[in-house]
Amino acid sequence: MRRFITYLLMLAMLISACGNQTASTSQTVQYPTEPINIMAPASPGGGWDSTARAMQAALSATTGQTVQVYNVSGAGGTIGLAQFVNEAKGKPHELMVGGLVMVGAIQTNKAPVNLSQVTPIALLTAEAEAIVVPADSKYQTMQELIADFKANPTAITWGGGSAGGTDHILVGLIAKAAGVAPNQVNYIAYSGGGEATAAILSGAVTAGVSGVSEFAEQVAAGTMRMLAVSSEERLEGVNAPTLKEAGVDVALMNWRAVFGAPNLTAEQRAAVIAAIEKMHGSKEWQEALAKNGWRDFFRTGDEFNTFLQNEITRIEGVLRDLGLVQ
Amino acid sequence: MEVFNYLLGGFANALTPQYLLLAAIGVTIGTAVGVLPGIGPALTVALLLPLTYSFDPAGALIMFAGIYYGGMYGGSTTSILLNTPGESASVATTFEGFAMAKSGRAGPALATAAIGSFVAGTLSTMLLTFVAPLLARVALLFQPADYFALTVLAFVSVTALVGSSLIRGMISLFIGLFFGLIGIDVLSGQARLTFGVVELLDGIDVVVVAVGLFAVGEALYVASQLRHSKEEILDVRSSVWMNREEWRRSWPAWLRGALIGFPLGALPAGGAEIPTFLSYTLEKRLSKHKDEWGRGAIEGVAGPEAANNAAFSGVLVPLLTLGLPTSATAAILLAAFQIYNLQPGPLLFQKSPDLVWTLIASLYIGNVMLLILNLPLIRMWVKILTIPRPLLYSGILVFGTLGVYSMANSFVDVLLMYAIGVIGFFMRRFQLPVGPAILGLILLPLAEAQFRRALAISQGDLSVFVTRPLSLGLLLAALAALVLPYLPALAARLTGKRTSAGRLVFGKGDED
Repeated sequence: MRRFITYLLMLAMLISACGNQTASTSQTVQYPTEPINIMAPASPGGGWDSTARAMQAALSATTGQTVQVYNVSGAGGTIGLAQFVNEAKGKPHELMVGGLVMVGAIQTNKAPVNLSQVTPIALLTAEAEAIVVPADSKYQTMQELIADFKANPTAITWGGGSAGGTDHILVGLIAKAAGVAPNQVNYIAYSGGGEATAAILSGAVTAGVSGVSEFAEQVAAGTMRMLAVSSEERLEGVNAPTLKEAGVDVALMNWRAVFGAPNLTAEQRAAVIAAIEKMHGSKEWQEALAKNGWRDFFRTGDEFNTFLQNEITRIEGVLRDLGLVQ
Repeated sequence: MEVFNYLLGGFANALTPQYLLLAAIGVTIGTAVGVLPGIGPALTVALLLPLTYSFDPAGALIMFAGIYYGGMYGGSTTSILLNTPGESASVATTFEGFAMAKSGRAGPALATAAIGSFVAGTLSTMLLTFVAPLLARVALLFQPADYFALTVLAFVSVTALVGSSLIRGMISLFIGLFFGLIGIDVLSGQARLTFGVVELLDGIDVVVVAVGLFAVGEALYVASQLRHSKEEILDVRSSVWMNREEWRRSWPAWLRGALIGFPLGALPAGGAEIPTFLSYTLEKRLSKHKDEWGRGAIEGVAGPEAANNAAFSGVLVPLLTLGLPTSATAAILLAAFQIYNLQPGPLLFQKSPDLVWTLIASLYIGNVMLLILNLPLIRMWVKILTIPRPLLYSGILVFGTLGVYSMANSFVDVLLMYAIGVIGFFMRRFQLPVGPAILGLILLPLAEAQFRRALAISQGDLSVFVTRPLSLGLLLAALAALVLPYLPALAARLTGKRTSAGRLVFGKGDED
């Protein structure tokens, strides 16, 4: 069956290639012609790993090729990135998943490699962050919290994930937007969203920051109040204003993307992007999005490139302000 | 009672063929490693962790719990027949158990150990069923200052009570702390003690340390001792059934053992060794057959064996509700939870009720399995002891090397494991207990992080540790645990008596 689909696909490509012969001369790279390997630069079970595995299912359905996922965990993905940069050069069938956390980790860990060495293919998903307070907190709105934050920055404690991660970055951006010196931020780092959730419920910290889904259950149960979300627009099914609506001019998404190997030719890059576009349209991928509650954030090619460059500049700036990067 | 509904739901899950099979595999492996001296549940779970990445979390944890329980059952076999405890929680069993075996009563000794383990295991699982959800609710009140006080209590009582030498316990604990500090500091995001090695940025995995210290260290040590030791295995000649008299004397000891084991396991001073020694001492004091002690008193087997099983359910209470490991094995189980992105703590019962209750239900089932596995089949388990040591340990080394490599496909991890193994060898050579090192690896960085969080929140005000009642109470308890062992000596000195009694000492402190 797979072979038949492959055959059909090749036939379709051949026909379209013939039709476009006059218009295009470089669109004829066949891809994929061999098994695809996807690196998840994190241990099994996390967000990058599940993204890679969802891609595996969708890509093998759309391409008919064998797709393998392997994990190289460590240091916010920078160990995997270093291996990918060194070993995948010029190989279009090697892919790597990554995201916002990697951008920060490259800088805080002073990694010897960076994302300019790989080929951006496509943004896949993004999750908004949420600012919450315990149900019995005196803060009813984001504005009230920000007012106190401006008045006495260090008295407001923010609980969230590890130092230099997405949650910390968001607090840094909020401080900047509110006119508070980021080095005044009293950020209490926990090893992950789960641990931070318990700390917020115990009343140990003033406010909590993590992914919207991390707090969803507690907010629904009425033990936490969501003051704001970090997306550009309000989220469907989430009863909280955006930070911008609350007067804090910040938007931040925890995005995940797929990268290609270093030194791909323009033709190879276009072919990989085409394959990922096809994957994005597949029933399998759309099901995976729904099943995991991921928000579609699909952007390819130059649009992704521009986005990535902006994120790198912005995040390096805020990490420097927070004192995490010298 | 919602607890019953949850528990019934747990049974419905745990009784599916897949989970039953995993529980059966777990208890079988557990019994085997319990029987083998030097290999314990902590090492076994550490070895198996990398292989179970792809399991569903409930299945893997059911298997691990089975291994832990099985280890407690199996440990008694070696204690009784070989006078060598299969793991340290069975040390107390050797005293009377081996004496019984020598006088031809190995059968009843094994029977009272197995049935006592079952009775206490089931009883303490019931306690766990009701206590854990309550404590999980209380645990939501714990703030960083309280957590820090709790870790202080755990660490003070571990070092003060366990081990023949305080200084050795402390050295081991701090070796663990050293390994625990390596990597990116969670609060500041800065790398510590990594010496520019990127592979060290995430810290050293507890599995690498555990396999190194336990497996490689033990293998090297056994290899260095192989020519000097000679072991004699006693036969199970008699029937494995107990007579009426033995039943009558066993059951009160089982119940007392269970009641000692569960709360002591649940305390941050946890672990299974202390309750076994307390139970042994208590039974000896209460016995109406004092003349038999030393020559094979059945209460001396029944009590400690019940206590060590009950302690395991106890250990699960702080692990599940506070995320606080109180023994080396619990530290490894914590790592197992984290591999599956589960954070044991106050929210585990809310976020993953299915998993928790399936796990608890599987404990009941595992106990039944172990009773069947251990009573009629006891002669088969004894055969495991005839595996030649060189084969056994080289097998463990191969398995450990593969497992550690496969975790992150990292050669650095393998090198580290062997380097830590050499440290483990010297620790054994100089009688440093290995258990505290594993505990130190997990507990002390936790203590440090909570200490700094508490101070960050209070903006540098140290009084936060004594103004919160919870924190103050825990710190006072820690102080008591530190002073308590010296009280007999102090009292003797005050009353002017010269005595050779030094510190109260329980167990040899080497959990695995």
